[in-house]
Amino acid sequence: MFARLRKTLRSEKEEAVNLTEEEMPVPAYQPEAARTFTWDLTPNDPLYAYLLSASSVVEVDRLALDSPALRALKAAGVKVCVPLVTQGELVGVLNLGDRMSEQEYSSDDRRLLNNLATQAAPALRVAQLARQQQAEARQRERLEQEMRVARIIQQTLLPKSLPNLPGWQVAAHWQPARAVGGDFYDFIDFPDGRLGLVTGDVTDKGVPAALVMATTRSILRSASERSSTPGQILAYANELLVSDIPPNMFVTCLYMILDPASRRLTIANAGHNLPIHRRDEVVHDLRVTGMPLGLMPGMDYEEIEVTLEHGDNILVYSDGLVEAHNPAKEMFGFPRLRELLACSTDGEGCPAGEAMIPFLIDDLSEFTGPDWEQEDDLTFLILECLHSPVAPIADTLFLEEQEGVEYRLLAEFSLPSEPGNEIPLMERVVQSFQGLGLPGTVLERLKTAVAETAMNAIEHGNRYQAELPVEVRVSMSADKLCISIRDQGGSQPIPEPETPDIEAKLAGLQSPRGWGLFLIKNMVDEMRVSADGVHHTVELVFRLKGA
Amino acid sequence: MERIFSASVRDLSGLVVIDLQGEINAFADQELSSAYDQAESHDTRTIVLNFQEVGYINSTGIALIVGLLARARKTGRRMAVYGLSDHYREIFHITRLADFMSIYTDEASLVAELG
Repeated sequence: MFARLRKTLRSEKEEAVNLTEEEMPVPAYQPEAARTFTWDLTPNDPLYAYLLSASSVVEVDRLALDSPALRALKAAGVKVCVPLVTQGELVGVLNLGDRMSEQEYSSDDRRLLNNLATQAAPALRVAQLARQQQAEARQRERLEQEMRVARIIQQTLLPKSLPNLPGWQVAAHWQPARAVGGDFYDFIDFPDGRLGLVTGDVTDKGVPAALVMATTRSILRSASERSSTPGQILAYANELLVSDIPPNMFVTCLYMILDPASRRLTIANAGHNLPIHRRDEVVHDLRVTGMPLGLMPGMDYEEIEVTLEHGDNILVYSDGLVEAHNPAKEMFGFPRLRELLACSTDGEGCPAGEAMIPFLIDDLSEFTGPDWEQEDDLTFLILECLHSPVAPIADTLFLEEQEGVEYRLLAEFSLPSEPGNEIPLMERVVQSFQGLGLPGTVLERLKTAVAETAMNAIEHGNRYQAELPVEVRVSMSADKLCISIRDQGGSQPIPEPETPDIEAKLAGLQSPRGWGLFLIKNMVDEMRVSADGVHHTVELVFRLKGA
Repeated sequence: MERIFSASVRDLSGLVVIDLQGEINAFADQELSSAYDQAESHDTRTIVLNFQEVGYINSTGIALIVGLLARARKTGRRMAVYGLSDHYREIFHITRLADFMSIYTDEASLVAELG
């Protein structure tokens, strides 16, 4: 820090030639008759301390200091210095050359100068502050203008519109704590009709976070072109980001892929808050975890899958909500959020879909109070399933669809998709025939076919997700028995049963497995497979006559 | 759900028999494999599987039996089975397992021929 002081001196030469005191006792100020010189006085110059402590007129010629500033004053012909000190601070120095009368400065002159200094110093200080504030305001205005532009640029990196998927509602809200932020969301259309829903949160906020956000968004987009499951996409994005991200920064990211046809949502998570699943008024976290992006290479990301039903809502949210504080320094927190969502959707409760956003924001502002300064970026993403409720197992199964055929419904039930459940399922089917006197061979074949079909439904169709039911319907006409088994894997085709190549299996050229469909096909008189995009239904038909 | 399967190994007139009991499905894998290891250590050319006490075999169980048969063939051993119900005997024919292993009704007929 230094004081740069510019002072005005009367030209001695011009004074001597042109003016005398008699001719012009009170000389008017004549700019053309003045000359200026630039003079620097730095705080480490001994003269600085001297002037600060002197606080009154100083005669330059009498001073003997090892001071560059003093030498400059002497060279410029300065005779007296008047320090301008206010509130213990040297704000300026008034440097005067010879008097016009060429007489020494009198004690009256000095008093006058000291009085002048006493009044001029605070005035000068005020002027200096005003000028500094003007400069700062200009600087601030420039920065604000830059931030306005940055915000507009960042907004162009967010989706311009929400996905329009029949049967689904997607809503999003983005509210950075400052002009720009590190939160983001994105929607990615996959060529097979699936939709990627991405939310991310870069550590920190403001400009540094916004810069990393832009990079991360691009990386996730390119990773989405390379891979097709959320876990793989996050793993690949992590590899790219690790080398690009500044130390001490990382990105949390939740990547969901919705298959609108099967209503399956596959989710992988890189350190983001767990998404919340609401079905009816039951709220639970979808537990899937993984390391944030950009921390270390070689990360794997697990995936979970959930099949959504009519009225289901998925809420993804950033820290800005749950880590907001009220004036009593209490945090908004997860329990409050869960409680809010679990409230009935009737009346005062939390609504579904896009209406959830204003509801949550209102609750947040009620919690934080009116003087809240937003602490962190705030982002919501909501996915609601609007599809009509899953229809009960189709009424147009084999026997029922044939006009004029009288049939009896023997059993209708469902079991959770747990390993081993094919046995109780098979036993319940067999129970439904008790007393009908089915031939032993039919019964045995039926047991094998039903158990194998149920095992496929549990393992391949519903992928061992216990909450997904395997639905069974048993009906019988005079000459046929029909067992239909339905799972929720309708988006995946069931392969055609092929005759396994036992030679290749025995030679170790093929897996010894792969007998299920072949066995079923050989046990039944007819096997019909249908898929409606959501479900698989396998119908096993047995002829009763001639068996 | 508890799944019960057990396998034990015994000598029978110069053959080695693995007595199987319970349900042959994915849960039987380890037990079946270690019984087979034990049978192989008996220095025999023929390993016999006794299905008399087996109530249920699913497609994974078939795969396990195919796996055992592949191991036997690799070391020049043959396999024989007995005690299959009519239903599983049919399945052994459908899957063509019957083309690669001799099937006997019971232990006596097996011993009469191989023992």
